[in-house]
Amino acid sequence: MAILDVKDIRKSFGQTEVLKDISFSLERGQVVSVIGSSGSGKTTLLRCLNFLERPDGGSIAVNGQVLFDAADPAARREADIRRKRLHFGLVFQSFNLFPQYTALQNVTLAGRLLAKEDPDYKTRKKELFARIDGEARQLLAQMGLSDRMDNYPHQLSGGQQQRVAIARALALQPDILCFDEPTSALDPELTQEVLRVIRQLAQRQTTMIIVTHEMAFARDVSTQVIFMDGGVVVESGPPEQVIGAPTQERTRRFLDSYNQA
Amino acid sequence: MDLILQQMPVVLKSLNEGFLQTLKLFFVTGLGAFPLGLVIAFGSMSRFKPLSVLTRFVVWVVRGTPLMIQLLIIYYFPGMVLHNNVWGSGETGRFTASAIAFIFNYACYFSEIYRGGIQSIPRGQQEAGMVLGMTRSQIFFKVTLLQVIKRIVPPMSNEIITLVKDTALARIIALQELIWAGQAFLKGSHGIAGAIWPLFFTAVYYLAFTGVMTLVLGRLEKRLDYFR
Ligand SMILES: Nc1ncnc2c1ncn2[C@@H]1O[C@H](COP(=O)(O)OP(=O)(O)OP(=O)(O)O)[C@@H](O)[C@H]1O
Ligand SMILES: [Mg+2]
Repeated sequence: MAILDVKDIRKSFGQTEVLKDISFSLERGQVVSVIGSSGSGKTTLLRCLNFLERPDGGSIAVNGQVLFDAADPAARREADIRRKRLHFGLVFQSFNLFPQYTALQNVTLAGRLLAKEDPDYKTRKKELFARIDGEARQLLAQMGLSDRMDNYPHQLSGGQQQRVAIARALALQPDILCFDEPTSALDPELTQEVLRVIRQLAQRQTTMIIVTHEMAFARDVSTQVIFMDGGVVVESGPPEQVIGAPTQERTRRFLDSYNQA
Repeated sequence: MDLILQQMPVVLKSLNEGFLQTLKLFFVTGLGAFPLGLVIAFGSMSRFKPLSVLTRFVVWVVRGTPLMIQLLIIYYFPGMVLHNNVWGSGETGRFTASAIAFIFNYACYFSEIYRGGIQSIPRGQQEAGMVLGMTRSQIFFKVTLLQVIKRIVPPMSNEIITLVKDTALARIIALQELIWAGQAFLKGSHGIAGAIWPLFFTAVYYLAFTGVMTLVLGRLEKRLDYFR
């Protein structure tokens, strides 16, 4: 069964239709790269999956459970949206770390707050926090940040900040981790260190959706590539096909513009 | 000079009493205006149009007119127009009227600072909290609030220093605060008349007060220096 099933997602902002019937599905452990020119709706798609935008139409199901269905009022309720969000993680282009917390605190904050909803939070608080703390340290170590845990975001490079943000998203163990151009705010050297940890995650079978402009990276990290243009999926398939031998004229033009740049 | 030294204890006692009233007005205004300002700020940011328009209009009026007029109107309007002096007579009534005028006036100024502070926090902070499954109030208290405080401390410090000096305006309705106490010796009080030097002394009180506040607020600003 697909871990993610997106059907006919539509989204308009006022008169502009930004997403027009986007459908795709994703198996556990797969990595999907979403490519496409500026304004094609990639960010909007990720924001819909994370319930930062509410789609006008279509449905989203994770592990067969319908999280959103525009046609079904019961599956549209705002009430449990907060919990539904936990199926997804999102890594932002601009990191969005919390500046007043250290790297470690950034990673543990949400987990500690969620622990309060645990029925025996009061009696097991110490134990719960110790576990959250331990896992956070482990994640930061995995991101190569063992010696940076107690630094505040402004004391970290962009690449380090983004790796903290990745650890923060992973800490809640989302089913699907989304990245919105995770390296486009970084210079080439820092880009590589972030791409390296994303590659590692791919090797560990982390299910991911990655919006990126790094074609070489998309080509060798993904199991599937989606090319979007004007709010529709123009072409999708394995990277060797979509990036290596595109069948659509629009895809070819887009990739050509990259090769020239 | 001898005369001044002779008069000093009496004058100081009187000024201290006035200063106490000034302090009281200052702290009551702070206590009232800090939270009320937040309520007004939320009102002016409300997505319910009529509320935000009305709130912004009131803030505009309050900020656009002198505090002294507001004091006079609040103090005299009930008695002279409604024929019901709700403030009661005497110092207590004058203090209540002053406190209300000051709280409302300062709450409006604070609300604009709060609003600016809240709106200056990048939207991404809130969104990061949302995708991490935080509730609205968790995001406000755990993510946004401290960042807002950091940003508003400098402008709030300015307002607080101004408030110290603005308390003198309550003199206009004869609240027996510091200026009133110092001025009393011009015309005659406690057997001392025609003495202008106590007024200079009131200036020293204000200077000391603003000095202390500047230090305290500067310290707070430093305390929040650990993040950016
Ligand atoms: N909140 C919004 N209100 C109005 N229009 C919006 C909003 N968000 C996005 N849009 C519009 O939707 C279209 C798609 O935007 P989106 O950010 O999804 O594109 P993108 O593919 O992520 O582009 P980029 O590569 O530049 O990040 C754009 O035309 C954009 O102007
Ligand atoms: Mg985008």
